[in-house]
Amino acid sequence: MTEVQKYSLFLGCVMPNRFPNLEKSIRVVLPRLGIELEDLEGASCCPAPGVIRSFDEPTWLALAARNLALAENAGNDIITGCNGCYATFKEALEEVQNHPKKLREVRRILKDVGVRFKAKSNAKHVIEVLSEIGAEKIRELVTQPLSGIRVGVHYGCHLLKPSKNRPWKQTQKHSFLDELVEATGAESIEYKDKDMCCGAGGGVRAGQAALSVDFAREKLDNLIAAKVDCIINVCSFCHLQFEMAQPQLNGETGSQKYEIPVIYYTQLLGLALGIDPDELGLGKHVVDTQPFLEKTGR
Amino acid sequence: MDAIDSEDIDTHFADKLVSAGIDRIRTCIQCGVCSAVCPSSRRTAFRTREIMRKAVLGLKDEVLSSEDLWLCSTCFTCLERCPREIKVTDAIVVMRNMAVEEGYMLPQHRKASKKLLASGHLVPIDRANRKARKELGLDELPPTTHSNERALEDVKKIMKKTGFETLIEGVAREGT
Repeated sequence: MTEVQKYSLFLGCVMPNRFPNLEKSIRVVLPRLGIELEDLEGASCCPAPGVIRSFDEPTWLALAARNLALAENAGNDIITGCNGCYATFKEALEEVQNHPKKLREVRRILKDVGVRFKAKSNAKHVIEVLSEIGAEKIRELVTQPLSGIRVGVHYGCHLLKPSKNRPWKQTQKHSFLDELVEATGAESIEYKDKDMCCGAGGGVRAGQAALSVDFAREKLDNLIAAKVDCIINVCSFCHLQFEMAQPQLNGETGSQKYEIPVIYYTQLLGLALGIDPDELGLGKHVVDTQPFLEKTGR
Repeated sequence: MDAIDSEDIDTHFADKLVSAGIDRIRTCIQCGVCSAVCPSSRRTAFRTREIMRKAVLGLKDEVLSSEDLWLCSTCFTCLERCPREIKVTDAIVVMRNMAVEEGYMLPQHRKASKKLLASGHLVPIDRANRKARKELGLDELPPTTHSNERALEDVKKIMKKTGFETLIEGVAREGT
């Protein structure tokens, strides 16, 4: 087992307030890997990079800096399970570290609410921390391998891009998440346009609902064609998109075509570690997870 | 198509984008890679290349008032693929800031922003998820601004100070 690492868990909005089952799976699974999670008391919305940054960048930067400062003052780096929150923190850190004027301005605003900010702490994605532990080490911890499960992996956009400000190796075809999925014994299945956006970000889901769902439809059609047993995602907003779009598409098409279980990575890993599905929040999904659970033998 | 009236050209518009960090925008060669890789343009009339051309040309009002600016999901594929290494997605975000400043904002976006102003969350908790949290063995309210009055006051103070409250509570332009 690796040495104990400690992080401030940044929840964001969608995870604690719409899909607390994902939060539960993170809180249950990460400590099993030697990752200690501290609550980030008083955190706010990250705030969302595609909307609040699009509306007013200085507000986005000031609120992002406040969240980063809360972790910094607790002596931790942030860990987040949402690609959007991850993007906000990576981009906000880059802004203040490269633009002394912006850092000064943010400090001036935060000083008024009694918060000190040095811009020294980092923000990591849950998947980044698991990748650092490594697929091989994780495989060694698996007690109930998920053999025979066909997985469609969805990385999401902001985990990977802009690539200049991300920790992954420069490539057009990433494999770190596929490797983490395969460490559970499941098989990552290739499908068309795997890197395509889910359609939720950039204010599109909030502002252009029909367009947003059409992005998801295209991805879901490609996943159905690849005959996957589930979608694995690592972002609470992509998760929301795939969970909510499927019943909507079924309603629009008068069919039951769209019923792919939408599983968050720590839920999948938890199953392979032998954790009870209910402890991982798998009983609280929008799209029924039962066919997937039955196939895993749970 | 009508000829472009020179009165519609703001010769300083591209300069403003450059000083906002889109330093390479004038090097655009209109190759169209940004549009070709755009998942939004597969299903709409949205063309990133067109926005970039209009921006460089200085058709400020046309660009800022167009709903096209809001069809981008900020997937960053265009920025990754641009052969001139122009920060295309960032350009769209900068122009969105300018549009909002001019009063152009979708009503749904204004509504979401009001939730942030009131609760510190763009997506605040609801009754069903309070219940779900309890059933999962989590605290009924997350340890965020939802359960910390002082933190919420701080967040509100910050949004007042940056002018966000005024920006969102301000009067919307017609047609947006």
